[in-house]
Amino acid sequence: MKEMDQYNFAYLDEQTKRMIRRALLKALAIPGYQVPFASREMPMPYGWGTGGVQVSAAVLTPEDCFKVIDQGADDTTNAVSIRKFFQRTAGVATTEHTEDASVIQTRHRIPEEPLKEGQILVYQVPIPEPLRFLEPRETETRKMHALEEYGLMHVKLYEDIARHGEIATAYAYPVKVEGRYVMDPSPIPKFDNPKMEMAALQLFGAGREQRIYAVPPYSRVVSLDFEDYPFDPSKAEHPCALCGAEHTYLDEVIVDDDGGRMFVCSDTDYCAARRAAGHRGAMAAPYEEEETAG
Amino acid sequence: MYVAVKGGERAIDNAHAWLAEERRGDPSVAELSVAQIRVQLALAVNRVMAEGSLYDPDLAALAIKQARGDLIEAIFLIRAYRTTLPRLGASRPVDTGAMRCDRRISATFKDAPGGQVLGPTFDYTHRLLDFKLAAEGELPQAETAQADPAPMPRITDYLNRDGLIQPEPAAEDTPPDLTREPLELPANRALRLQALARGDEGFVLSMAYSTQRGYGRNHPFVGELRVGAVTVEMDIPELGFAVEIGEVELTECETVNQFVGSKTEPPQFTRGYGLTFGHTERKAISMALVDRALRWQELGEDDTGAPAQDAEFVLYHADNIQASGFLEHIKLPHYVDFQSELELIRKIRAEASAAQAAADREAAE
Repeated sequence: MKEMDQYNFAYLDEQTKRMIRRALLKALAIPGYQVPFASREMPMPYGWGTGGVQVSAAVLTPEDCFKVIDQGADDTTNAVSIRKFFQRTAGVATTEHTEDASVIQTRHRIPEEPLKEGQILVYQVPIPEPLRFLEPRETETRKMHALEEYGLMHVKLYEDIARHGEIATAYAYPVKVEGRYVMDPSPIPKFDNPKMEMAALQLFGAGREQRIYAVPPYSRVVSLDFEDYPFDPSKAEHPCALCGAEHTYLDEVIVDDDGGRMFVCSDTDYCAARRAAGHRGAMAAPYEEEETAG
Repeated sequence: MYVAVKGGERAIDNAHAWLAEERRGDPSVAELSVAQIRVQLALAVNRVMAEGSLYDPDLAALAIKQARGDLIEAIFLIRAYRTTLPRLGASRPVDTGAMRCDRRISATFKDAPGGQVLGPTFDYTHRLLDFKLAAEGELPQAETAQADPAPMPRITDYLNRDGLIQPEPAAEDTPPDLTREPLELPANRALRLQALARGDEGFVLSMAYSTQRGYGRNHPFVGELRVGAVTVEMDIPELGFAVEIGEVELTECETVNQFVGSKTEPPQFTRGYGLTFGHTERKAISMALVDRALRWQELGEDDTGAPAQDAEFVLYHADNIQASGFLEHIKLPHYVDFQSELELIRKIRAEASAAQAAADREAAE
């Protein structure tokens, strides 16, 4: 209780949380619509998850169990930093196990373990506007959403195919939510897009850009494509070198000076659980010792 | 190798400990006190207060010390602190016409009631390194004189009297506050001025400079620049009248801009306005120029496509805390996105080389 006394629960004052919750409710009522909110200056820099942190602060309760991942891993530096922030300011229980968490804040990944009803997935979003790199003006893009004018996006996807033979977007692949709003799923790899039709509640916070949006459980989330060029959630064609999984998103790690590389699950919790259950990848054995030491 | 990804927590703690040591520097050199920074690096303190949007010289000095002299980092510390403070109320608009000026100059009139007061300025100093400052020793006391008790009315009021300058009637509505409401466009002038007052000095300076070089030129003269103390008053509902609650140092710049008239406005002078915390005159003048450039619409001028005329461009990019945070976030791991790009490039290359090989085979046959 020592440090908690210096801050309100979860850092933000109650008025600010109320303002954020109102934005969240509006976002849930209009799935995929970007709700402007008066983002606060947080004690971490803009671009480092301030939107996600504010959303988490607004939804956390003392009974929650909190998990933070960055690039799928619980132990990347910024995930550690955000988890510590809420340990200090909210004193909530934290976990690395997807299954045990009630609120999961994420940057760039959706956990491999399917999420359940009652869980909340909070995304950190750098650029919430899916049309931003086609039209830099906010005044214009808001109009385009209002008029459901998404032709520009389809032209972009078409030009990709004309030029490269396929849609050249590998992450932050645009989706349409409940048949209405085109939405940026945050920079998750397109491999994760199909998971967005899930049982859990998905909340998106963009602090610097002052936007909140949401996808209610079981909403329809369709990755944009064409009939003759259907969406392809591809990934590296390797099994995980540690746990042998062939259905997970993999990180490529350079292991020696000759450019030798291995592929491992980006979701560290999922990979560890598989290894604990006895799954073994091609390179698992030599690393066992370090794992248990770490 | 997998261990390298682990241990983030210990790495962070160690990095912070090292940072604290670097901040202190060589322990055989005396430590700077916050008071020394506040008094002797006052212009740095002023900038941190202006862009941090918090008038507190002691906290600004502390932030500069904690940030090792990195002013944007110091501004960030102040902003993050400021946002946690409760709002007790709002002051009445300060009366800069009643400012007790340390400095007051006009470039448009040789003399005016209240006179020209140079004050403590770098203007007209020769920028020669003063090696005496490297040695220790007391400086001679500057000469002092009794302040002229005559009031110093605003220069633009004289032009206003003759109807030569576009009037600026007082508005009764509460100005918007971009620290409490999300920035939405179109932004009215009060909101634009608030954004500029908090904006990065370098950014606002460069925007202003670009107008001088022809990107949205607006022919400014410094009608008046004044630096000094004003009293802050607040209405106390229980009392039914306003009481003085303190004093702040401000810099105010009003530019007088040539204007030949437009479809909607007669030929007259127009204004740009800058107001900043502390003695921050480069910022205040820059702000006035950019303010004037952003007023093209209300004055019926043409949009020449200049960056400084583009409110969305200027307002969305003026804040150095937003900009530096987003810029520096690319230091964070991005290997998931990068991996997906790698896969895509490999796939496209494989397809392209397969197509090329097929074409070569066909040509050979």
